[in-house]
Amino acid sequence: MSLKRAQELPDAGIITEAGNAVDFKTGDWRTYVPQFHEENCIHCMFCWIYCPDSAIDVDTSGDKPQMKGILLDHCKGCGICATECPPAAKGKAALVMVREEK
Amino acid sequence: MALSLKEMVKHEDLLTGGHRACAGCTGANILRQIMLTAGPNTVMGGATGCMEVVTTIYPYTAWKNSFIHSAFENVAATISGAETAYRSLQKHGELPQAAADAERMNFIAFGGDGGTYDIGIQALSGAMERGHRMVYVCYDNGAYMNTGIQRSSATPFGAHTSTAPAGSVKQGKEQDRKDLTEILVAHNIPYVAQTTPFHWKDLATKVEKALSCGGPAFLNILMPCTVGWGFPMERGMQIAKEAVETNFWPLFEVEDGVYKINKKPKERKPIADWMKEQARFRHVFKPGNESMLEHAQQWVDQQWDLLLKRETMTNM
Repeated sequence: MSLKRAQELPDAGIITEAGNAVDFKTGDWRTYVPQFHEENCIHCMFCWIYCPDSAIDVDTSGDKPQMKGILLDHCKGCGICATECPPAAKGKAALVMVREEK
Repeated sequence: MALSLKEMVKHEDLLTGGHRACAGCTGANILRQIMLTAGPNTVMGGATGCMEVVTTIYPYTAWKNSFIHSAFENVAATISGAETAYRSLQKHGELPQAAADAERMNFIAFGGDGGTYDIGIQALSGAMERGHRMVYVCYDNGAYMNTGIQRSSATPFGAHTSTAPAGSVKQGKEQDRKDLTEILVAHNIPYVAQTTPFHWKDLATKVEKALSCGGPAFLNILMPCTVGWGFPMERGMQIAKEAVETNFWPLFEVEDGVYKINKKPKERKPIADWMKEQARFRHVFKPGNESMLEHAQQWVDQQWDLLLKRETMTNM
């Protein structure tokens, strides 16, 4: 998003570009990052439905949706996905939270 | 009928990432889930509160659909006005008539418990009574979280808040929470329901029913708040699940005055199990406060029994 001059702004705090928050990267808030272990993933989409930040990358082109990984631009590292991951209950977590290194 | 996740995942995410909700905010997830069901043909209105602030910090908006914010107390009035304008413009031929009911614009207002239970209740009551075809969603996190965890009438008994703190003189909030869902049932509107974001299928079904009931509808959705309730940020959904298992937040719906409890826990879990996980109830477990815990349990049991009776009574 480019900065506008005062005269170019719309009136009364109207935001004309719908969904432009996608340009705002919240990924740098993160301390922990979910690590994706594809071999354990059952593609149940629980991480996708429970993610507060729309940060789960899913490929919906095929017959069955496929979990591809985490969108790190927006993931805040809350860990809800790793907590709700069903294979984690069987000790074969597809998502594991690890401290992010610089 | 609500879809399976495999089908729902094909819907467009209408709440984008990049909103500034706290890490682990279940409120942002509630809005995301609502929009997955409601679809792009939706006008959303937000009362001042966490979810309004974090999704629309100028010059950014996380909404891909239309979004209005006017003030704290009047989101129900704002959305009922938008709905009336829509009908009027259709009547005067300025907007095309929706060919099918499903193509009609959806009007949804949302507010936190502060903006719904306390500040916005008169606008909400008015809009429901006038019979606008809109859905009001309350995300109930049990305090004014946006301004620093002040008590609201939705705060449960005993909870520590910044205006009803636990210390040497007092032990958190001294009153029980208000039952807003029942107040809305008393408006005799076609659809009233309670749900949580953990129960995604229940939530999607209820949003669908609310949007298609042909009149005003109200959804009360529990929103565990990691900051205000004091639990680790990854636990939000589990706290919502346990709120249902302990009967603190029963899943039920009222369709044209007929109650239906959607989930009856096989065995009642003690409310203490749920409270133990939250820092706002820490003082309740201190020696000398046993009577508080007893009262909390009594209140939950009493409310649950009442709900069971209401279900029996309206299904006779």
